[in-house]
Amino acid sequence: MLELALDVGWGTTLAVKTIVVLMLIPAGALILGYTFLLKMMSHMQSRLGPMDPGGFHGWYQLVGDGLKFIQKEDIMPAEADRRVFAFAPAVVVISTFLVFVVIPAGPRLVVAPLDVGVFYALAVSSLSVIGVLMAGWASANKYSLLGGLRAAAQLIAYELPLVLAVVGVVVQAGTMSLQGIVEAQRDGAIFGWDGVGFPFVLTQVVGFGLFMVAAQAELTQPPFDMPVAESELVGGYMVEYTGFRFLFFFIGEFGTAFAFAALAATLFLGGWAVPGVEGTAADVLGPIVLFAKIMFVAFLMFWARFTYPRLREDQLQSLAWKWLIPIALVNILVTGILKVAV
Amino acid sequence: MTTTNPTLPGPGGLPEFEVDPALYRHLADAQVNVELDTGDMILNLGPQHPATHGTLRLVVRLDGERVVAADPVIGYMHRGYEKLTEVRTYPQITTLINRIDWLSSFANEVPFVAAAEELMGIEAPPRALQIRLVLTELSRIATFLLFLGEMGLQVGAITPAFYGFRDREYVLNLIEAVTGGRFHPNFNRIGGLKDDLPWGWLNDTRHTMEKVLDSCDTFETLVADNPIFEKRTRSIGIIPAELGAAYGVSGSNLRACGVDWDLRRDGRAFLPYSDLEWKVWTHPDGDSFARYWVRLQETRESARMVLQALDGLASGPVMAKVPRIIKVPEGENWVSCENPLGEMGYYVVSKGATGPFRVKIRSASFSNVSILPWLLRGVYVPDVITILGSLYFILGDIDR
Repeated sequence: MLELALDVGWGTTLAVKTIVVLMLIPAGALILGYTFLLKMMSHMQSRLGPMDPGGFHGWYQLVGDGLKFIQKEDIMPAEADRRVFAFAPAVVVISTFLVFVVIPAGPRLVVAPLDVGVFYALAVSSLSVIGVLMAGWASANKYSLLGGLRAAAQLIAYELPLVLAVVGVVVQAGTMSLQGIVEAQRDGAIFGWDGVGFPFVLTQVVGFGLFMVAAQAELTQPPFDMPVAESELVGGYMVEYTGFRFLFFFIGEFGTAFAFAALAATLFLGGWAVPGVEGTAADVLGPIVLFAKIMFVAFLMFWARFTYPRLREDQLQSLAWKWLIPIALVNILVTGILKVAV
Repeated sequence: MTTTNPTLPGPGGLPEFEVDPALYRHLADAQVNVELDTGDMILNLGPQHPATHGTLRLVVRLDGERVVAADPVIGYMHRGYEKLTEVRTYPQITTLINRIDWLSSFANEVPFVAAAEELMGIEAPPRALQIRLVLTELSRIATFLLFLGEMGLQVGAITPAFYGFRDREYVLNLIEAVTGGRFHPNFNRIGGLKDDLPWGWLNDTRHTMEKVLDSCDTFETLVADNPIFEKRTRSIGIIPAELGAAYGVSGSNLRACGVDWDLRRDGRAFLPYSDLEWKVWTHPDGDSFARYWVRLQETRESARMVLQALDGLASGPVMAKVPRIIKVPEGENWVSCENPLGEMGYYVVSKGATGPFRVKIRSASFSNVSILPWLLRGVYVPDVITILGSLYFILGDIDR
């Protein structure tokens, strides 16, 4: 039987964990970028370009894009606040990096099984807006500034529905630990039938919808991509970034999409849990199942991204404050009542 | 400083500007001359901005995200065509005016050639006129398909833009099959057309028109019926009918204000539009959504017109008898036609030589964007893009 050698020193464990998480971000970003940005979008929009390079299904396109970014000149505006400008992309990627720390991929495959995992994940994921604001301000560009300020306003509006949407899950599971939430779903039963456990999406449909909408806003994807707003702000806070720094933003964007998809898969779709599989086998199968669920959630996200036009900033605010937050509160109330009553 | 649009002017009056006129006039030079006020920000939209379809520069004074004043700066693409026409012969000029509104080049040629023909007293044969009509409508369809897609892009949806480009390609292929040029056909001759239609073209066109009608349905469901799109465009950039007419706004932009005016029906008949059964579409609202809706309907109408015109195509030559060296007798003539972007006209003054003495080009976009300073005040930055997109101008058509 496969037995993972875990009785190594804590320093080695930490190093291994760090490397795994560090690799997850670019890997996740690349997978999403390749599958959805290049392939799904090409199919949806009848684009020919990304389907061509390299022969088979345009597999070379992503490599080519990456090489292009690396060889581009690294331009920094003369007026820019140099240190802040250079550090901003790193902040964005770091916030993504921190989310991956708590997401479980198996019974033992989790870097840090925090008791307040949900809380932690949502808190660190919003750090990225600091990076966005830094980039917007330090670029010394009016378009960047508008983009940065829009991002800040958007975060304040959407952090709340995001957190409130998750509260329903936390109430139902009775724990804030992500591992605990997965186990609660695995051990649950639908009307006494425990064949597939009990994914919370069944009772938290509203919560899932709210989470997806709010996550879309957090990721600044259409229909909520005002901070980037290609056709108005020409890229918003990223306007002055070139080459490798731009690539960092790109990785941050798709890495965060991967992280949010992983969160949604864990919170609502049962995470790594496979019915009837326990122990080490779950550690092997878990990541695969989780990955499949992540891809499904990411598909929904990118589908919306490529279909909808962009809302205006004030319309987004009124959507958040007038609709999403009240609905989320009602959802919590109903969940609470049912939790106590049933 | 108020942020709402000013009230409508009285009859004959210009709109009242609430911004200090001196400040307003120098907006373009603000970056060099004027210190930034606290609170207001001057933003340069363009000349290198994706929403300006080329090189329109908009100097926008912003209070937060709200536009206090906007000033279009044009002329970045001035190519001096009016002057150039004075040193070219008549047949050479069609090459130039092809490039005024490069999306609907064929439609540009028609009024000029008609003006010259009228001065010379030549009548193009009926088949030539019908083919001209078909090709004009095809270029209208090509232009509007691009608009229907691009308008989605302006409000943030990428996918419709690609559909627009893809479907326009089918129509451009048809134009290429007849004229040999996708963008700049240069196909009109004084007295008719260069060639007849190629063999099998009628069937191809019928198929493509069915495709166009289909893709109009796609745009309707994908863009026009989209709740977010409606939210972004309804009651954004309302042009009141009288004001629009006062500014010289024409074409679909004016019909979207509820003015039932179409040169194809109401102007002098240079093309046999009266033989066809068709309808002038108007929309009472005058906002960005109305402009989108009207163009959507006109695309369908044009496709139906093409289908009808193909069925009633006359036989015969496509070229009248013309002298080998074209000299237009002394005289002046004004001809304007309904181009995709609006009223496009040429005032041709001839002194009896092989080239005109003077040509004044009235291009639609120039007048259409003249309303921008009035229209853009008090809106948000994203609405600026929506309005620019929905007015649908071509820079070559503004600057000439």
